[in-house]
Amino acid sequence: MNSRVLPLMAFVLLVALLVVGLKIADRKTQLPSPLINKPAPAFNLPVLGQAGRTMSRESFLGTPYLVNFWASWCVTCRVEHPVITDLARSGALRVIGFNFRDENADALAWLAQFGNPYEVTLVDLDGRISIDFGVYAAPESFLVDPSGVIVFKQLGAMTHDIIETEILPRIASMESGN
Amino acid sequence: MSIYKFFIILFLFTVSLSAFAQKTDVQEPLLFANQQQQERFNKLTEELRCLVCQNQNLADSDAPLAHDLRREVHEMVLAGRTNEQIKEFLVTRYGDFVLYRPPVQKNTYLLWLAPLVLLLIGALILRSSIGKRSALLETDKETKD
Repeated sequence: MNSRVLPLMAFVLLVALLVVGLKIADRKTQLPSPLINKPAPAFNLPVLGQAGRTMSRESFLGTPYLVNFWASWCVTCRVEHPVITDLARSGALRVIGFNFRDENADALAWLAQFGNPYEVTLVDLDGRISIDFGVYAAPESFLVDPSGVIVFKQLGAMTHDIIETEILPRIASMESGN
Repeated sequence: MSIYKFFIILFLFTVSLSAFAQKTDVQEPLLFANQQQQERFNKLTEELRCLVCQNQNLADSDAPLAHDLRREVHEMVLAGRTNEQIKEFLVTRYGDFVLYRPPVQKNTYLLWLAPLVLLLIGALILRSSIGKRSALLETDKETKD
């Protein structure tokens, strides 16, 4: 009796393991960021199209803002561009572009072609700040609260759905907390 | 063949060649002060994961991010930072996933201990089945005698 039930149980367990594995396979490529609930990395970067002007992390303290890593070579950035534009126009928060591993001329041409949703775009030419943010695939967006702490990260294209369910509620709770 | 034709063919040939040429990141070869640093760098980049192509390590990957991370590791090796400090740098940014060898900590106990536990269960099953068989053999002998 025992010798028949045991293999069957093992088989059922194995199938269960496979089903669970398949279900979470999609999520496995999306890594949780260790930066959530930590202060945003320090940066001091030149502003795109404004020679000589730089902005640092401290420039943005006091209001919630979205850090959106993009580049002219990034195809998915074009896909999310209308969504980022809508979010910026809604005035819900400041939207700051981080143009990384790009050429200034290409970046400016990209903004001229598709429209510029960003309050400012900072230039991370050699990608060092993107490494500090743990960026490994463009686009990536980080929601930073008024005290400079990262509270949410979106890996891949921003969507209206994510804005409704993840971004706006967090901004609302920041404002009610103040 | 006229010299004119020859140049046309030559022109077409070179044009077609340029189709194969691709814009690539020209990387400066990484230089080290001594053999020791070089070996440390090689060992580290073999143990660190390329985040973009997740089944490759940093040493093998040609992704732009891997280039940049190799540059960071290279600089830290030159600056004399320890292997632990370098790994810590990457883990605080990218999480434990960047390490091919997961650390033994609370959320990886299951991972590290499961093989031992399974081995133990196997040994117990083996022992009980051997015990049963030898008991059977004993009774066989007794009935024969």
